[in-house]
Amino acid sequence: MKYLDEFSNPDLAHKLLDQIHAVTTQSWAMMEVCGGQTHSIIRHGIDQLLPEGLEMIHGPGCPVCVTPLEIIDKALAIAALDNVIFCSFGDMLRVPGSSQDLFMIKSGGGDVRVVYSPLDALNIARQNPDKEVVFFGIGFETTAPANAMTVYQAKRLGVKNFSMLVSHVLVPPAMAAIMESPTCRVQGFLAAGHVCSVMGTAQYPPLAERYKVPIVVTGFEPLDILEGIRQTVVQLEEGRHELENAYPRAVLAEGNVPAMAMLQDVFEVTDRTWRGIGMIPASGWKLSGRYGDFDAERRFDVMDIHTQESSICRSGEVLQGLIKPHECAAFGKECTPRKPLGATMVSSEGACAAYYAYRRLELVETT
Amino acid sequence: MCLAVPGRVVSIANVDETLMAEVDFGTVRKQVCVEYVPDVKIGEYVVVHVGFAIQRLDEQSAQQTLTNFEQLGILEEEFGDGFSRAARHAGVDDPRGAGR
Amino acid sequence: MTEAIEHTNDLDFEGWVCPVPLRDTPFIVMGHGGGGAMSAELIEHLFLPAYGAAATADLGDSAVLSVGGSTLAFSTDSFVVKPMFFPGGSIGDLAVNGTVNDLAMSGAVPLFMSTAYILQEGTGLEELGRIAQQVGAAALVAGVKLVTGDTKVVDRGSGDGVYINTAGIGVIPHGVDINPRRAGVGDAVLVSGDLGVHGVAVMSCREGLEFGTTIESDTAALHGLVAAMLAACGDLHVLRDPTRGGLAASLNEIARASKVGIELVEQDIPVPQMVRDACGLLGLDPLQVANEGKLVAIVPADQADLVLQAMQAHPLGRAACRIGTCVPDHRGMVVAKTGMGGTRVVDLPIGEQLPRIC
Repeated sequence: MKYLDEFSNPDLAHKLLDQIHAVTTQSWAMMEVCGGQTHSIIRHGIDQLLPEGLEMIHGPGCPVCVTPLEIIDKALAIAALDNVIFCSFGDMLRVPGSSQDLFMIKSGGGDVRVVYSPLDALNIARQNPDKEVVFFGIGFETTAPANAMTVYQAKRLGVKNFSMLVSHVLVPPAMAAIMESPTCRVQGFLAAGHVCSVMGTAQYPPLAERYKVPIVVTGFEPLDILEGIRQTVVQLEEGRHELENAYPRAVLAEGNVPAMAMLQDVFEVTDRTWRGIGMIPASGWKLSGRYGDFDAERRFDVMDIHTQESSICRSGEVLQGLIKPHECAAFGKECTPRKPLGATMVSSEGACAAYYAYRRLELVETT
Repeated sequence: MCLAVPGRVVSIANVDETLMAEVDFGTVRKQVCVEYVPDVKIGEYVVVHVGFAIQRLDEQSAQQTLTNFEQLGILEEEFGDGFSRAARHAGVDDPRGAGR
Repeated sequence: MTEAIEHTNDLDFEGWVCPVPLRDTPFIVMGHGGGGAMSAELIEHLFLPAYGAAATADLGDSAVLSVGGSTLAFSTDSFVVKPMFFPGGSIGDLAVNGTVNDLAMSGAVPLFMSTAYILQEGTGLEELGRIAQQVGAAALVAGVKLVTGDTKVVDRGSGDGVYINTAGIGVIPHGVDINPRRAGVGDAVLVSGDLGVHGVAVMSCREGLEFGTTIESDTAALHGLVAAMLAACGDLHVLRDPTRGGLAASLNEIARASKVGIELVEQDIPVPQMVRDACGLLGLDPLQVANEGKLVAIVPADQADLVLQAMQAHPLGRAACRIGTCVPDHRGMVVAKTGMGGTRVVDLPIGEQLPRIC
């Protein structure tokens, strides 16, 4: 694929790695925020190739992982209703709620469908006027414009049998919460490239300044990740803490203006509980009052939800970068992708799943 | 998160008063909503996430980035200090003595 | 960083207590049919114990049986593919080629086949006719005789159109012993051509995922290719057609059955650009995508070149190549060397492959 494959070029990767080795004179710990970046790092073995002292701490940038348990349980309750067609991105199907997941609802007779785009769900609603169609609107700022446009279209076209269960989470407040945690070890951030494609970079200089951390907007292909790491290390070595953009081909400082306007209209900021982490103030989006009619939480009476997390799951610590997946006692034993205890083992880019899929080898060899 | 891939806009049409484009990802094509890049032109590249173009892909910038990667280390190779770099790599002191 | 950062929260993670596994599902879920870990578990933990002494525990694509003085291969498979018609083929082609290939993976010459249909009430006769024609045509090409069959109808809503089960019998030539336990350290791992083609062809017309591509399913009967390979080397160790679960599922099963490690070189694995692009778009791993007219062969290292030449001379093996080696390390696991020079585990897929946004 053009403008993708070139950014996996092994020769250029080795040049970047050489540069990273050349500039690193001491140990540094930096966090890649986005789960897609974690996935790429582990899948290509990039962290194995970095200088000894450089540590990548895996961040909570996996919206699947951090979707609050209560919302998952509400989704399951709605999906189980007769006359509901519940549409979702594929990622969410195996995420465990308190006692089930969407796959199990499907096997119990619920009409659960995987879609590629939220617009597909809206189409399903238009094609099935006698059913209630609900879309599970999760994701970071990257996915929010798609979900927003879908609700906007539903309203404009008067698709009354469509609603969305919204649970968006925002990256900058999460980064702040991580820096403010007493056990934080993060010295620099690789910011989430596609979040910035939408939102621009304006939110980061204040964070860099307040917490004295370099923040480098980074993409997802191996060369992009290496370049993000390189720029972060250079800043750390030089004692700087600024915002830099290592993904200029897809990120403009001002972001995507029409998208941000739509987000302003369709969503409003709310406090959000991040699964495994806790409540982070003003870190989420919910549907704004104007679109309240399309809010699935209002449309469906899903009270009496009793949430219950697995008590041995340490997703939260993994999401905060406090432990590596294999440091959890349940990793690979009680908790595997086949029988996940927490969302970080389910999502293809949860750190636990990435470790399990790609790195069991060394973990096997060192035990 | 945010699996988004670059593709080339092949055609643009108004569908139900929504701006949609057929986007070519090399060997596969998909219908993509381009409301968020409303002045995109045929032949331009966009970054696509869940059926939406979330940003234009700046081809010049992409080429420049790749060129920068290719140039990396060239100046240092030609003019830089090979001994001290090699020593750092090997984790030993520069064989020519301290202060380098 | 010189100033201390103000701690404005007390997110605390102490006090995790005792385990309660979440996934003790009492129902069959879609993942059980995916060909990955869940399917294997269902066989290991439900069917085999239930069958008890009546069952043998071979995990090969077909059973090898001694009857009289001959060695027979016997296999069965059921076809539930949706959509039923896809670029390059239909459920009819798959029903024949799937079982022919299962037999061929034991080195057998396929001879006879049964066809049993489960039809949903309301299925169009025209549609059924087309499928049956394709079954007949595929059988002709494969050289198998359709000798017996059955038809059942279920209530509208109980099925998904047309389900076909085929069972086949073939004869294994004397001296041929091909099974998943025979991979040995040092053996070469070969594939007969491009991977991921069938899965992408089917996915491209699945509701909600439609995308434009000219890719066509690679469904084909492979016994001719196998015969050519056997002529070049009488001692093929393992053959497997990587259908559900893709290359990843097949190699993991072989690694476990033979108790060897398998090491792949990612850049040597032939994945066509169309498959890469489609997988890139949907977030899928090409190594886990289903194939139909392809096989994986594990052969003694000194025979690898001979076998490859024989494959490349055959229409179904033109793009055959070597992708890895069996090693004494990480036994039971499949590991790939990435383009970057790192390593990654190629895992057994869990259930169905699903497109992702993350």
